[in-house]
Amino acid sequence: MIPELGQFSLILGLCLALLLSVVPMVGAYNGNQLWVDYARPLSKGVFAFLSFSLLCLGWAFLSNDFSVVYVANGSNTNLPWYFKISAIWGGHEGSLLLWVWIQAVWTLAVALKSKTLPHDIVGRVLGVMGMITVGFLLFILFTSNPFDRFLPGFPAEGADLNPLLQDFGLIVHPPTLYMGYVGLSVAFSFAIAALLSGRLDAAWARWSRPWTTVAWAFLTIGIALGSWWAYYELGWGGWWFWDPVENASLLPWLVATALIHSLAVSEKRGVFKSWTVLLAIAAFSLSLLGTFLVRSGVLTSVHAFATDPQRGMFILGMLIVVIGGSLLLYALRAGSVKSDSSFGLLSRESLLLVNNVLLTVACAMVLIGTLYPLVMDALNLGKISVGPPYFNALFVPLMSIMAVFLGIATVSRWKHTSVSMLVSQLWLSAVAAVVAGLVTLWLYGGVLEWWAGLALVLAYWILFTGMRDIYNRVRHRRNLWQGMRQQSRSFYGMILAHIGVAIMIVGVAMVTVFEEQTDMRMAPGDRMTFRDYTFIFDGTREVQGPNYISDMGRVRVLYQGEPYTEMFPEKRLYTARGMVMTQVALQPGLFRDLYIALGEQLEPESGAWAVRLQYKPFVRWIWLGAIFMTVGGVLAAADPRYRRQARRDAEMAKV
Amino acid sequence: MRYLLLFLLLMPGFAVAAIEGYEFSSSDNERRFHSMTQELRCPTCQNQNISDSDAPLAADLRREVHRMIEAGESDQAIIDFMVLRFGDFVHYRPRLTSTTWFLWYGPYVLLALGFLAVILVSHNRRRKRRTLSPDDADAVSSADVVPDSENETGLEAHRLTPQEQQQLQKLLQQEQDK
Repeated sequence: MIPELGQFSLILGLCLALLLSVVPMVGAYNGNQLWVDYARPLSKGVFAFLSFSLLCLGWAFLSNDFSVVYVANGSNTNLPWYFKISAIWGGHEGSLLLWVWIQAVWTLAVALKSKTLPHDIVGRVLGVMGMITVGFLLFILFTSNPFDRFLPGFPAEGADLNPLLQDFGLIVHPPTLYMGYVGLSVAFSFAIAALLSGRLDAAWARWSRPWTTVAWAFLTIGIALGSWWAYYELGWGGWWFWDPVENASLLPWLVATALIHSLAVSEKRGVFKSWTVLLAIAAFSLSLLGTFLVRSGVLTSVHAFATDPQRGMFILGMLIVVIGGSLLLYALRAGSVKSDSSFGLLSRESLLLVNNVLLTVACAMVLIGTLYPLVMDALNLGKISVGPPYFNALFVPLMSIMAVFLGIATVSRWKHTSVSMLVSQLWLSAVAAVVAGLVTLWLYGGVLEWWAGLALVLAYWILFTGMRDIYNRVRHRRNLWQGMRQQSRSFYGMILAHIGVAIMIVGVAMVTVFEEQTDMRMAPGDRMTFRDYTFIFDGTREVQGPNYISDMGRVRVLYQGEPYTEMFPEKRLYTARGMVMTQVALQPGLFRDLYIALGEQLEPESGAWAVRLQYKPFVRWIWLGAIFMTVGGVLAAADPRYRRQARRDAEMAKV
Repeated sequence: MRYLLLFLLLMPGFAVAAIEGYEFSSSDNERRFHSMTQELRCPTCQNQNISDSDAPLAADLRREVHRMIEAGESDQAIIDFMVLRFGDFVHYRPRLTSTTWFLWYGPYVLLALGFLAVILVSHNRRRKRRTLSPDDADAVSSADVVPDSENETGLEAHRLTPQEQQQLQKLLQQEQDK
């Protein structure tokens, strides 16, 4: 009964979403205020019905309703309740429901938070978001219904959630990632609304800027959470694999990063507006492309797509409608956009354009690398693999150039910046960065590792130029504290996010260059030493978990010969699926992680196991950097200036 | 993040990291073993290198790589050996051929085009500015804008209607009040 209610609710949500995508749009076109004003209540209605639908699916999981196919495939009576809830988005159908629900959340947020915007703009934005909701709801109802039943004979016990997903990571990673993914639809909708209304101006940039920044922040933390999850869950100790599934999330992130910078220029200087619109369209289109790549099975093999093309064809169709339609609209309207100010070859505008070029080229590179094997296979040009060696070889230089320009752009001025001014502003930071970078490297490693040195210099460069920027802004104030307080939240957000970039660079380079790893046979009593840490294996014992049996190893760790800690890597057998999982033992630290994974038991009589020991310096900095970026993004979006300005824009629009 | 990210390729039986206790005659060999096994793709798995995969074939290939490294073979010899048996598919670093030319150099071409675009765009903007006298540059260029578009620069004061003037005054007043 309850699942059927969820299904009906989904259909009602679809009906309202259809109305939402038509009524306000027509109203805005004809200047019918009443019709436009339907947008807000309709958005609330869509949200209410989709929420109810999600709750119904949640109820089906919590009440172990195995007559629902999706629940039977992804849950089990013994599953702890919090995993039952997160199991809602543990599979294809449910994660799409989560996706469309988050779309409804964003729509509701725009409906509630846009009181100060002109009515026709709000109507159009919500209308476009309604169209996207319609697309996804149709996809769910026609190809991926989570409420399908096993009738009449349904299993008495569920197949259990994949043990890999029985983890805190599943609880937090998909919702945040989807908040980011789907949040880009807000930027997209603002862009389409602006194109439709013909009002592509700085006010538009100001309205969509906080939304884009928040979506970007969610995407940043979502990707970082995924990376962290993979790091501790898979037992390989890697944090990024350049897998197509990961690339699918990196592509929109790169474009969204370009977009938030380009929006800044559009808002402040009124230039690059048509480019910004194009980026907004591209960012959301890439989210959809990612969905297509991941959902259609085209990644497994081009031929897998051909054998079960229904889902893939649907998303492909949607992709064509969205990209084709928005690009057509863009082609028709963007020509009339004129910019009303000029800038020199060396100016903040052009330097931010360089940032955009680097990010979009990086995005194009990842896209080419991801799609190349598919295209070659489809054209029968042979099977190749494009993997980490390719991506690292191209991505690292691009990002290094970007870090250099980041520092220059930080201290540059709008309109025109003279070379002599740049030199006088930057020489000190440059010298200090080189000295500090090399000294740090020498103190830490005592060896001249070229890549680590370059990364440290770049990180210091970003840090020092940021400090120089703060200094420039406060030096004319009477006292330092007052000057610091007068800077805006969005300024500090920017500084924080850029420091996050520096932190991440350090993390990536240090862990890549200085990590140590060994796989070895360890019998009880065997020891191994890395740096200052000695690991002593004490053997394993059997432990009974709620839905698994585990061999739990004990490893004593000595630091410089003194007892330091104990670690318990596990090898778990999940009984419902008969699946074996490694549970890594981690000793996290700001400057290093100790990482132990248990392999196979080699000899039962001596108790010897294959053990993977890893020493990972600075690996936490990768995610710490992402946290800095996220906080920076949230801080920037929370700048009161947007709300003040939005009120003013609205009054201007009324007159 | 590989499988977890969109947690979609929910395939059973892939979750165990392959861990074995190979012994090496030198730490240099051990390092080479790690980098080689990470560069070679497991031919039977869903996008996994032979270092991470626990498939039986991957274990065979690891043993083979270990044997060849300990026998003093070069990295290139190992790759050639693998490519001969499994084709280009097995190597994560695609060879540069006429079909992969765009893969390796395309991004650089795009980068060059991008930088060229930056130079052209800012050059055009600067020239536009130079053809005008410095004083009225902003005023005239903003007059290029379609007349009914919202004015963001606030420099079109002479073209405002009395009503707009009033509005402007009100806004400026608000600003001073803050």
